[in-house]
Amino acid sequence: MTKIVVAVKYVPDATANRTFSADNTVDRDGVDGLLSELDEYAVEQALQVVEAGEGEVVVLTVGPADAADAVRKALQMGADSGIHVEDDAIAGSDAFATSEVLAKAIEKVGDYDLVFFGMASTDAGMGVVPTLVAERLGLPAVTYASEITVDGDTVKIRRDGDVATQEVEATGKLVVSVTDQTGEARYPSFKGIMAAKKKPVEEWTLADLGVDAGSVGLDNAWTKVESFEPRPPRTAGEIVTDEGDGGAKLVEFLASKKFV
Amino acid sequence: MTEVLVLIDAPDGKVTKPSLELLTIARRIGEPSAVVFGDADTAVLGEYGAEKIYQLSDAVYSEFLVAPKAEALAQLVADKSPAAVLVPSSTEGKEIAARVALKSQSGLITDAVDVTADGGSITTTQSVFAGNFTVAAQVTQGAPVIAVKPNSAAPEAVNAAGAVEAVSVDVSDAAKGAKITSTKVKEASGRPELTEAAIVVSGGRGTGGDFTEVEAFADSLGAAVGASRAAVDSGWYPHSFQVGQTGKVVSPQLYVANGISGAIQHRAGMQTSKTIVAVNKDEEAPIFELVDFGVVGDLKTVLPQATEEVKKRKG
Repeated sequence: MTKIVVAVKYVPDATANRTFSADNTVDRDGVDGLLSELDEYAVEQALQVVEAGEGEVVVLTVGPADAADAVRKALQMGADSGIHVEDDAIAGSDAFATSEVLAKAIEKVGDYDLVFFGMASTDAGMGVVPTLVAERLGLPAVTYASEITVDGDTVKIRRDGDVATQEVEATGKLVVSVTDQTGEARYPSFKGIMAAKKKPVEEWTLADLGVDAGSVGLDNAWTKVESFEPRPPRTAGEIVTDEGDGGAKLVEFLASKKFV
Repeated sequence: MTEVLVLIDAPDGKVTKPSLELLTIARRIGEPSAVVFGDADTAVLGEYGAEKIYQLSDAVYSEFLVAPKAEALAQLVADKSPAAVLVPSSTEGKEIAARVALKSQSGLITDAVDVTADGGSITTTQSVFAGNFTVAAQVTQGAPVIAVKPNSAAPEAVNAAGAVEAVSVDVSDAAKGAKITSTKVKEASGRPELTEAAIVVSGGRGTGGDFTEVEAFADSLGAAVGASRAAVDSGWYPHSFQVGQTGKVVSPQLYVANGISGAIQHRAGMQTSKTIVAVNKDEEAPIFELVDFGVVGDLKTVLPQATEEVKKRKG
């Protein structure tokens, strides 16, 4: 019996024109949102662990009202229940505050065995929230997992790094982040979509978690964006069509820039 | 002058170039003190500006993932009250940084591409949203913990004391939760590391699965080889070479994209490169919107000719 909490994020669509709001935070109103693509892999891996044995998958998100869409998508994929932490005070929170809200919510779930995350979000993309949540819960974290095997109390994980492949073992409660190399995430089936409508979703506020509203949000962030500016558009370069001399022309350009 | 702690990455004892870049950046803020886990070539750290070198040699740091290193670095932060902590913005570096920042109650900035100091005030520059925006940010609480990306500064040789001091820290049992049971080092390609390379030559769908021409051109320029997600998903090239949103984000002096259409996924990983060149059969390919120079043509004929031309010019 393995109970897995999968933390997911509702993010602005990466293929849309993403920008900032007046308060220098990510603009989440003007852009369509969705379940972060990288979090689908975490949901998939949690479902596979549970399907290989016994257990349940609880999907958890922290975000505005629209973030319920991310929970619903995970339920359609097959997660058993959802938790949506929503509170106006959370808006603009940095990774530290977000990790505090997540950690308190996970503690409230209580009888979990594993906590899964995607490898990073597709918007802010720091990739540190899994580690911060682990630090707050006093748990080990194994990030960037390529393969996860649960054997009783022991979790075995393969990590494919740049210079080496590591095998890591842990027992007891554990935080795991999974890469997009773990295997395709499933599409919700029609049956899954219908079943998701009956699955329970709890709605929690900061007060439910015992988190002080004064410790989160933009005003309590430990970092501050001073300014932002769009990258100047790249000026159109020279395009030539290969007429048997394309390679030579390419090197001529490289030489003019002193690369050769 | 106050100390600046610099976490050094030294796989197999060899200090990486990004680590030396951090020492150069640290000197803008204060006196660099290198923090080294395990055995490493410490002489080079003094040659690049480290006044002090804290060496932590306990086996615990290599037996378990991340947490013991984070505990030790946080202990050093508590003992030395540094003006800032700089770490390489690698996967491990960012994890150590996150745990240290939380333990020290300090603000954290990751993926910085520049760090400036004006009096006591430290400002970082980051590139966000697939490189479409540049953000200036500051830490407002505690000693800033900053993870800095490779190629953010040119390492400057400057002789410093480089005094080695052995440090031992009692690591808690709680930090020994994720045990490394085996490590298989990948075979070295002989090419520069992708995120550190000055030149990256990459291939995509247009290679048709054969990277021979791409690799040969890369080798003529002394470049690293990269691949698009399409090429990696097709099993043509290993995932560790993938450039893009879900792979590596590179920012070399020169990026040469071959047979890569230039989808947003890929652009997120390379569009902050200084100079961009592309070879693609399709003149409508979006990659041509980004390039300083483009060749509409088949990489199978353009690249071999370019490789020969480079060799000729280099003599």
